[in-house]
Amino acid sequence: MNAPTYNFAYLDEQTKRMIRRAILKAIAIPGYQVPFASREMPMPYGWGTGGVQVTAAILGPDDVLKVIDQGSDDTTNAISIRKFFGKTAGVATTTSTMDATVIQTRHRIPEASLHAGQVLVYQVPIPEPLRFLEPRETETRRMHALAEYGLMHVKLYEDIARFGHIATAYAYPVKVNARYVMDPSPTPKFDNPKMDNCAALQLFGAGREKRIYAIPPYTTVVSLDFEDHPFTRYRFNAPCALCGADNSYLDEIVTDDRGGRMFVCSDTDFCEQRQAAGHHGTESAAPHKEKAHV
Amino acid sequence: MTAMIELANAEKTFTMHLQGGVELPVVRGVSFHVEPGECVVLSGPSGAGKSSILKMIFGNYRCDSGRIGIRHQGKVVDLATAEPRQVLSIRRSTIGYVSQFLRAVPRVATIDVVAEPLIVNGVAREEARERAGRLLRRLNIPERLWTLPPSTFSGGEQQRVNIARGFISDLPILLLDEPTASLDAANRAVVVELIAEKKTKGVAMVAIVHDDEIRHLIADRIVDVTSFAAAA
Amino acid sequence: MSELANFDDDQPLLVAEGLGKNYGRLAACRDVSFALYPGEVLAIVGESGSGKSTLLQLLSAQLAPRAGRVSYRMRDGVLRDLAELGEAERRFLFRTDWGFVHQDPAQGLRMGVSAGANVGERLMAVGWNHYGRIRDTASTWLDRVEIDIGRIDDAPKTYSGGMRQRLQIARNLVTEPRLVFMDEPTGGLDVSVQARLLDLMRNLVGELGLAAIVVTHDLAVARLLSHRVMVMKGGRVIETGLTDQVLDDPREPYTQLLVSSILPP
Ligand SMILES: Nc1ncnc2c1ncn2[C@@H]1O[C@H](COP(=O)(O)OP(=O)(O)O)[C@@H](O)[C@H]1O
Ligand SMILES: [Mg+2]
Ligand SMILES: [Zn+2]
Repeated sequence: MNAPTYNFAYLDEQTKRMIRRAILKAIAIPGYQVPFASREMPMPYGWGTGGVQVTAAILGPDDVLKVIDQGSDDTTNAISIRKFFGKTAGVATTTSTMDATVIQTRHRIPEASLHAGQVLVYQVPIPEPLRFLEPRETETRRMHALAEYGLMHVKLYEDIARFGHIATAYAYPVKVNARYVMDPSPTPKFDNPKMDNCAALQLFGAGREKRIYAIPPYTTVVSLDFEDHPFTRYRFNAPCALCGADNSYLDEIVTDDRGGRMFVCSDTDFCEQRQAAGHHGTESAAPHKEKAHV
Repeated sequence: MTAMIELANAEKTFTMHLQGGVELPVVRGVSFHVEPGECVVLSGPSGAGKSSILKMIFGNYRCDSGRIGIRHQGKVVDLATAEPRQVLSIRRSTIGYVSQFLRAVPRVATIDVVAEPLIVNGVAREEARERAGRLLRRLNIPERLWTLPPSTFSGGEQQRVNIARGFISDLPILLLDEPTASLDAANRAVVVELIAEKKTKGVAMVAIVHDDEIRHLIADRIVDVTSFAAAA
Repeated sequence: MSELANFDDDQPLLVAEGLGKNYGRLAACRDVSFALYPGEVLAIVGESGSGKSTLLQLLSAQLAPRAGRVSYRMRDGVLRDLAELGEAERRFLFRTDWGFVHQDPAQGLRMGVSAGANVGERLMAVGWNHYGRIRDTASTWLDRVEIDIGRIDDAPKTYSGGMRQRLQIARNLVTEPRLVFMDEPTGGLDVSVQARLLDLMRNLVGELGLAAIVVTHDLAVARLLSHRVMVMKGGRVIETGLTDQVLDDPREPYTQLLVSSILPP
């Protein structure tokens, strides 16, 4: 069903080769941001053009693609990217984390542990973790080159000074392979430990900022912290109202206009698999106290 | 030499470039020496070059030619040719200078202004303060003023603080430029006493005093500066 | 000044030899040589445009000289040519063993980041990883530079000019550098604010046994802070010596002019 006007996966072969070279370099230097000549894609920036270009460059006819947005396969963004590749590459698509060979994601890492041979492609809005305090690109590049990362801790220090704890909950900085400090894209810090020693290849694409970076399989990824304020994961302290899971990252859903709410898995595939296996939640909308979860 | 200070043919001329380069010879052929425990008083009319000689011995004015030998830490150093670092070292551990005016250090309490030369040379702060207090009391500075900076004091009070600061140290050479100028009789007597005590400790002193009576009380020898006049 | 470091130490900390720098045909700095010893404070004076700041940038390895070289005794005791240091080493020196106090605090501070983090940054850069200890050390330093510890979480953009300058000093001194460069550290401040800052700097320099190179057009600053001065004119050092000697008995016509304060700043 390939539309004849498109090359396989939309991008021309030369562009894909250029992106693959950037990806190879990124894999060779884990956590290092490789510049690439980002192309215009038939969707606006902010819709994951960086991730889409990476996916387009690595996709083969036998791949099985899954696309999630905040953990869900069903958002407009996820559906349209899935359709896009269905149309331009004719690849099989799936919602199953286990069955997918390539998973493009915005803001989440699936709950099920990924296996060898899979590729997780992140859509990245701002790749530079030092940008918050040092706007000069020449300076941040030099800081990376010389591994001068004191500034990253300045940001965490500011959090503690202001809130009493490290309040950064998304895009929580990590150090990759004991060398480069990296922004894991706006995933919740709950997902950070999943990046460490992961069996799958993780690729990050920032379209507007024209950067690609990578975490090769089984690479050490450490979340930055202080000895006396160690990194902690965080989730709402409740089981999933639908599947009863007490170890998954939860979304809060407002159920009525009287303050009723419930918590459900943000990873829809994970939740559905559990329900299909016979797990059930209480569907209670009882308020729960928020608590750190280690 | 056994002398603490030995000047030989020291010479000083100012060249006033802002006045068309006019040469102002001040002194020439300055030669005298000062032994430990001795107080040499420089005499001569105003403008004869007394203060200039004192400043040359302190390294504050350059010496154009000749020699200014200073016994410093067991060795003789020629101050006329010494490196700035050596001059500073000499000032820290050998030569003290009591000028007519206190160079006010902003915001520092009087007791600390006086104690400072001891602290710099490694004396514990408490002991230094105690000795400073004793000296201030002798010089009749009321205790209620000790914690205030001296910048607000009267001229006479400031001079007494300055004297205390100059006399507190255990330096082997003291240069005194009119230390009693604006003091009353009682305080002048204290200064005479302090000078006598320094002599018994072997301190070599060069002083400028206008008061004949004081000069008579402190001078072991008088050097007449007019004999060094460098008339153009 | 009266608190003197140990001048019997005869190993220079920094040595400049025949330094020169041109901007086009203009020789901003010509044939400057001197040695700076540990604990010694050197003032570089002269009117604006005389080459002071260029010299300071050459000395602190921010500019490469056209001629000559600058050597620095590293903490391991070895005298190294700054031009031969790698960039990483040079930047490390800047964050640890050196300080640089700018005339404009916005250049030396992160204006939007809390005072505590401004002071703590150098510690974090050298691997301090305990929030509590970083904060305690920052508090101690704020106190030393007479900033109310209650302001530790405020950003310097909310501070007065004098406070910003004191914060800049704390930020630089927290790693206990051996050498601090200062470019017109009191410039642009009210006279009373200047006096307080000078007094503070004078005490800190004395207590810590810091060596410093201070660029100033204000001879009062040179007199209060420095042991030695270099007078610059047209990119050359025209007179140098003990501070009080140069200021009380200036030899060169230009120095006499400076001292007579006929020249506007
Ligand atoms: N820094 C100076 N620059 C130029 N001339 C000076 C300076 N200091 C002193 N003189 C001149 O040197 C001469 C001797 O002065 P001074 O040593 O103060 O004499 P005295 O102490 O005997 O009164 C005077 O003519 C005085 O104006
Ligand atoms: Mg006189
Ligand atoms: Zn669920």
